[in-house]
Amino acid sequence: MTLDAVTAVLAIPATAALLLAVLPGYKLTAYLNVAASFLTFLVALSLFFFERPAPGPYLLVDDLNNVFIVLTTFVGFTTSVFSATYIEHELEIGRLTPTFLRFYHAMYQVLMFALNLALVTNNIGVMWVAIELATLTTVLMVGIYRTHEALEAAWKYFILGSVGIALALFGTILIYMAAQPTIGEGLNSMVWTTLMAHASTFDPALLNVAFVFLLLGYGTKVGLAPLHAWLPDAHAEGPTPISAVLSGLLLNVALYALLRFKMLLAANPEALAPGPLMIAMGLVSVVFAAFMLYRRGDIKRLFAYSSIEHMGIITFAFGMGGPLANFAGLLHMCMHSLTKSAIFFAVGGIAQVKGTQKIADMGGLTITHPLLGWGLVAGVVAIAGLPPLGIFMSEFLVVSSTFAREPLLALPLVLGLLVTIGALFLRLNSIAFGEPRGPNHKAKGSYLPMFAHLGLVLVAGFYLPGPLVAWFQNVARVLG
Amino acid sequence: MALMLNLVVQGAQMLLVLLLAPFLTGLVRKVKARLLRRQGPPLLQPYRDLARLMRKEVVLADSASWLFRANPYLIFAATWVAASLVPTFGAGLMFSWSADLIAIIALLGLARFFLALAGLDVGTSFGGIGSSREVMIASLAEPAMLMIVFTLALVAGSTQLSTMAEFLVSSEVGLRVSLGMALIALIMVAIAENARVPVDNPATHLELTMVHEAMVLEYSGRHLALIDLASELKLLLYVSLIACLFLPWELAPQGALPESLAFGVIAYLAKLGLCGFLLALFETSIAKMRVFRVPEFLGAALMLSLLATLLMFVSRSL
Amino acid sequence: MDNLTFDIAHLLAGSLVLVSFMLLYQDRLSALLNVYALHAFVLALSVAWQAYAQDAPHLYVTATIALVFKAILIPVVLHRMIVKLGIHREVETVVGVGPAMLLGMGLVALSMVVMLRVTAEADPLAREDLAFALSVVLLGLLMMVTRRNAVSQIVGFMSLENGLVLAATGAKGMPLVVEISVAFSILIAFIVIGIFLFRIRERFDTVDVAALDSYRGERQ
Repeated sequence: MTLDAVTAVLAIPATAALLLAVLPGYKLTAYLNVAASFLTFLVALSLFFFERPAPGPYLLVDDLNNVFIVLTTFVGFTTSVFSATYIEHELEIGRLTPTFLRFYHAMYQVLMFALNLALVTNNIGVMWVAIELATLTTVLMVGIYRTHEALEAAWKYFILGSVGIALALFGTILIYMAAQPTIGEGLNSMVWTTLMAHASTFDPALLNVAFVFLLLGYGTKVGLAPLHAWLPDAHAEGPTPISAVLSGLLLNVALYALLRFKMLLAANPEALAPGPLMIAMGLVSVVFAAFMLYRRGDIKRLFAYSSIEHMGIITFAFGMGGPLANFAGLLHMCMHSLTKSAIFFAVGGIAQVKGTQKIADMGGLTITHPLLGWGLVAGVVAIAGLPPLGIFMSEFLVVSSTFAREPLLALPLVLGLLVTIGALFLRLNSIAFGEPRGPNHKAKGSYLPMFAHLGLVLVAGFYLPGPLVAWFQNVARVLG
Repeated sequence: MALMLNLVVQGAQMLLVLLLAPFLTGLVRKVKARLLRRQGPPLLQPYRDLARLMRKEVVLADSASWLFRANPYLIFAATWVAASLVPTFGAGLMFSWSADLIAIIALLGLARFFLALAGLDVGTSFGGIGSSREVMIASLAEPAMLMIVFTLALVAGSTQLSTMAEFLVSSEVGLRVSLGMALIALIMVAIAENARVPVDNPATHLELTMVHEAMVLEYSGRHLALIDLASELKLLLYVSLIACLFLPWELAPQGALPESLAFGVIAYLAKLGLCGFLLALFETSIAKMRVFRVPEFLGAALMLSLLATLLMFVSRSL
Repeated sequence: MDNLTFDIAHLLAGSLVLVSFMLLYQDRLSALLNVYALHAFVLALSVAWQAYAQDAPHLYVTATIALVFKAILIPVVLHRMIVKLGIHREVETVVGVGPAMLLGMGLVALSMVVMLRVTAEADPLAREDLAFALSVVLLGLLMMVTRRNAVSQIVGFMSLENGLVLAATGAKGMPLVVEISVAFSILIAFIVIGIFLFRIRERFDTVDVAALDSYRGERQ
């Protein structure tokens, strides 16, 4: 169970995608989707327990991506479960045709393949390719409903995403140029472990410029303001499982790519610390998103801005640097992924039972659909960062480390967080409590994934497994 | 003795330039007429025109000032000096140390300034139109010309024309995209400065299309002769400039033997003939642009020359 | 590596920047596509020359792909599509041509300053290649930002990709990514052309992206 596990994590989604592209029928493909995702998750889990394979020129498993690969496959699995029950409803109301459904399932597995590839690869070129593939599949899926709004969202996402990807490629080429004098031409100069080993000998100026390009490029995919323009529309107009995967997984993987390069920069003592730039972008994202939350009338858009805000917090944490803030950032990535996807599961259910995404048309959810309503309440409490759930822990760590080192910066951060709490609870009040409004269809989506995620987040608020803490601390040290 | 010879050669260049200028104009007109299947005026017609004008009486407007009467001499002097500084058959002549490209542009600018003043002097509206259009063209053509000079100076390492010419004829130049762009930009600027189609029609007398002709409308007699000769010299100057920089073969180097000088003269005449023919061909194959499109035309020249300069910074000096 | 090799590489890369400016200047769609075909052709020549100068035969493959797909196939397909869909023949711009050109010049100067300062240790051929490549990328970006027609935005994006391919060939010995990036750009081009143009046209009866603005969800 050594290198095979890693290859299996890639091979299973790939074969599943091929199969799903040709098999007909909704039930069969949905079950196959769930089965493939579950299998991938099991294989990834095995990486926790068995010895890690040695890094090769293409594949690598280390402290950083060990957790993320399990997290990604887990969220992929639960989302596929949710999707299996949710999409059937879409089929019934005619928003999707059977052909597009096959397309949707095949693309889903291709997306999983791309995300896994981006996480386990050791080659910065292959990482770029994987993220580009993931972008492409999500673009296609965002536009799948083919309404005016969906097309606009997909077009905007495509344009901005492609520009980001292009800038990221230029940054990758510059990293190769920096490595070339020391490591030589060819494949070796793109292998991340080799790059880390020699990073202190690279030209610092070239590394700085390369990181700026990479930050702008991959930062667009992370959704940092002011490069965030694609995010709200893409979340609102695509199918809900895709919104969950976008927020929960794709943003994380793009940030993970940035982290890999930040580690390279940290290994070179003469390179400019990228901290200030990341702090600036993170703070702008937090404050901007916090204020934008107030005016949102569409429930998915509301939580899309919440994603921007959380990504801002994470980027801010990594920009601050230092073992505590880095640890907090890593933890926040995991917690946010679980919580946000849980919220989107709830939102999907709500959209189906109420038949609309407009907040003004829905109300009194806890009365009409108690499980769904209270699930949403729990999700919002979690994402707002209230104790005792996981996000509170990571936010607390970030804020306290900021207060300790740069108290002035903590002010806008805390302001943003408080404003967010206000906005979220305002909206939650109107959706979940009060007089029931809007139609009351029967819920089709399964509630299990949502509660599973929320349960994990609750547990993480109290207890984190020892190995996990150790891994994150190791990575936090290297991140600088 | 050597000093005398150098002086003679320099004087010969000045005279050559003066004598050849009307011939070039005559050649261009003749070729244009032939291309349009007309007989056209004889090749030596411009000389006869100049002689005729010299004999005629000068008619001055009542409102003309002393500037109006002094202008033709000023313009002619500035243009003749500028034209005789450009190496035609030999580089490194006696006064070539003063043949700085920027100085030549400054002399031409001086001439243009006085011409524009002359157009305004008499107070007619035609003159005003001509002067304003001329200055508009100049405001775009001059920066383009300067960027071309920068490009060439970056390539050759000096703004002195003789040094440039000698460098460009040597093998160190190599294949440079900046030089190609500079050539195209220089041709565009030359067309604009000499009031050729497509910027201005030298044969027109319609107010809607005049630029140069509008400014000199009030001149007559020997004044007009001098101004005509000056504009013919200007055309010769630009053609010699293009020939010396971009067709620098057979240019006699400094301190050369009389045979090389003779070869240089023959080569120069050939280059003049070629350029005159090409100019006539170009003028007959393109239509005149509307006046407000001239800024676009010159803007393109400016962009090309800017790009040529920028590209020089990424070139072999790395 | 002798001066002539460098000069020709410089000539081809400089011409690519010049053609990028020509792209910015066009105001009619069919002329824009023809100039883009020229852009891809000059790119193919440039990559082929780099293949010769660096003695890297696999780059000849890249050059051929660029020539066949980007210079011939895609412009032809786009031409047909414009005719078939009856797309509005003019290119509306957000900024005028003059200011766009000046901005473009500024971007070229900026990219040269940045790249030359940063790559002080690399060999001259790679340095000039990267400087020009960044210029082409930034000019493609400028084109995407200042155009309102979806087709011209796509052309801007494809010229941006061309710049990236030039950068990747300039970085000597970069493995595989050149081929993969070329393959991806073709994939993107086909997906974009096939799906979006037809769908946008089907939905909106126009490909003016300003018409899309009314469907921006931000009002909600």
